[in-house]
Amino acid sequence: MSFPVRSLAAGRWGGLRRLPPVALGVLVCSFVPAGQGAFMASAQAAPPPGAPAHAPAQNWSFNGPLGHFDLGAVQRGYAVFAGVCASCHSLTQVHFSDLGDMGLTPEQVTALAASWQVAAGRDAEGHLKHRKATPDDALPRPYADPDAARAANRGAVPPDLSRITQVYPGGPDRVYALLTGYTPVKAPASAAGTDAERHPAPTPPEAGFANPYAIGHRTAMPPPLRDHAVLYADGTQPTAQQEARDVTTFLAWISNPHADDKRRLGVGVGLYLCFLACLLVILKRRIWSHVSK
Amino acid sequence: MEAHPRLLKALEVRLPDDHCKIMPFIVKHDNTVLYGVRDAVSGRGEGERMAGTPSCQDQAYQPPTGPVSVQPVPETPAASVAGGPAQTHTAYEFVREYMAFLLPRDLNVLWTIGAMLVAVLALMLLSGLTLALTYTPDASLAFTSVETLERRVPFGWLLRSMHMTGATFFMAALYLHVFRGLCYGSYRAPRQGLWGVGTVLLMMVMITAFAGYVLPWGQMSYWGADVAGKAVGAIPLVGNMLERVFLGGDAPGTATLHRMFVLHFTLSFAIVGMVILHVAVLHARGSTSPSGPVGQNRARMLPFHPYFTVKDGLGVVVLAILFTLVMCFWSGLVTEAENYRPANPLHTPADIEPEWYFLPFYGMLQAVPSKFFGLLVSGGAVAILLFVPWLDRGASATFVAGRWGGLRWLPRVALAVLVCSFVLAGLAGRHHVQGVWLLVGRLATLGYYLYFLGFLPFYSRLARKEARS
Repeated sequence: MSFPVRSLAAGRWGGLRRLPPVALGVLVCSFVPAGQGAFMASAQAAPPPGAPAHAPAQNWSFNGPLGHFDLGAVQRGYAVFAGVCASCHSLTQVHFSDLGDMGLTPEQVTALAASWQVAAGRDAEGHLKHRKATPDDALPRPYADPDAARAANRGAVPPDLSRITQVYPGGPDRVYALLTGYTPVKAPASAAGTDAERHPAPTPPEAGFANPYAIGHRTAMPPPLRDHAVLYADGTQPTAQQEARDVTTFLAWISNPHADDKRRLGVGVGLYLCFLACLLVILKRRIWSHVSK
Repeated sequence: MEAHPRLLKALEVRLPDDHCKIMPFIVKHDNTVLYGVRDAVSGRGEGERMAGTPSCQDQAYQPPTGPVSVQPVPETPAASVAGGPAQTHTAYEFVREYMAFLLPRDLNVLWTIGAMLVAVLALMLLSGLTLALTYTPDASLAFTSVETLERRVPFGWLLRSMHMTGATFFMAALYLHVFRGLCYGSYRAPRQGLWGVGTVLLMMVMITAFAGYVLPWGQMSYWGADVAGKAVGAIPLVGNMLERVFLGGDAPGTATLHRMFVLHFTLSFAIVGMVILHVAVLHARGSTSPSGPVGQNRARMLPFHPYFTVKDGLGVVVLAILFTLVMCFWSGLVTEAENYRPANPLHTPADIEPEWYFLPFYGMLQAVPSKFFGLLVSGGAVAILLFVPWLDRGASATFVAGRWGGLRWLPRVALAVLVCSFVLAGLAGRHHVQGVWLLVGRLATLGYYLYFLGFLPFYSRLARKEARS
């Protein structure tokens, strides 16, 4: 993590980190959109000590009822996903053809698919065969099954990312915060540090990486992003923060790929129906005009 | 629109009184249509003759072809399909009769909910049929087939969000419809049958909604089916067998999905049949009115078309606006995030809760310590609606007319308590009836039942006594 990024992060979240964990937990719980969290907070009066910190709200292009996905960022995010995340995480529900909706032509989608290898049965000796993917293939999984994933990741299964920003409590804000919020290894004043002090059992280094946005403030995922981890085709500077932003945008898009279509449709249909309602109001008044109540 | 009195007089001279009687089907492109309205027109007050409406004026200004001008009958699609002349006549008569159905003129906005329900039902049926073309009821394929629908099938995302939003709107409108029935005593004689059909319809819709919620096979689907199976299993003697029949095994799986899919699919058409029956009974018995029997006076009624077609049409369009807003901009209101995780029998979600429309009953289920009695109480909360016409035996006049002014506020307070109890039971259900919510849930259950078992019999007895004295 480069200096400017870290100082920015410290400026943004430093204040939050100094808050006592209980207050942070209440903050988190009161902001969980489903509302279950709010109740948990009121019923139990204090959240569990390992409750993840509240992720600061980001100014996403897709926020709000009239937002839309920045397809440039989505494409850059795909580059980050393919170059970094895909080595551990799957997108099981996504086919290569679905990626055309992020602004690619069919030829580009075919070329993109061809850069991936998918399993194609076994040869005569029983060895796995591979072939280039076609647009109709699903994105290949990095691990054959959860057991293989567990074995490769010290007991943790990297979650599938197909719907991650929908099912992950906190949504894209928390995904971004998690990606950029790793506590530097030697930072005694961090939230993870205080947590460890309150629970004297020393956390072995194998238990994961300190991150205030993870459950229990530890995550099994090593800090995935660093500057220049990928090369952006459009010339954007691939800082770790930019990569996190882009990949979060990509994950939000892949979690809800037709959100833009839906919003666009909603505007058109809504306007049309309002117009129709006006006409019907006039018609109704006209028809009922001679009826005395 | 008000015709000049002198003009009116001239029209009356020119148009014989039976002009309207033999007026055929849709007369004019205009906003007023004049078939079958003679009964309605004849009873109306001064200055409200249909002759004053534009279409009659248009009629009047045509070159006189005789004392009675008869418009050519436009072909209706139903008539042209029907074939023989006799059948044509029947279908024609049928539509004509339905369009001329008389309704009280003072029906308020709560009476347009019926039309909204029909519209949403049609939407659910069409979107559901198209969704069924892609859906696979198999435990290993169901989730992926729904994802395929949302991601790859052309406009699958639209169909699915319409179906999901439709479920919420249908249940919301249905609860309002039932509320209107309770509020204005729509269950009273001679409409007990109408109310009974409606209550059975409510139960069928609830079963259909539950079965539909299991189909996507996400975490909430799976664990919802699990909880429902365990609830069924709590019935003494036959419970275990019923649970196995319901789940098709020890735990939810492919067999459960097949059952739920068939149930969802067949019940939806059964619902259409029941809706037709509901409307037929309504036409036989007539509609209630917010002003009670006064409003049901034939003289104060108007034909369904054009007066109520336009009103219902407006209601449906307003509903469609709300529907679009929720579906396109606030879809988080009708989706459950946890259900986008594939069903995992090894991982129980932190809190299993049903869709919002089952929360009140879920709250009642949990508020009772015993599983079986909880099931009885929450099932009885719906079933008790069936007996409302016999619990409240008061005359329809007493409730709305408020002849004995002193206690007029009582039904309103009781109804408010009922609605509050329903909402509070839902909130308690959402909060898993823990801590203070246990008390709230129990009080709400009590309040709900008190309305039906305490207030209604008491109040109707009081009213009858009052009427006798």
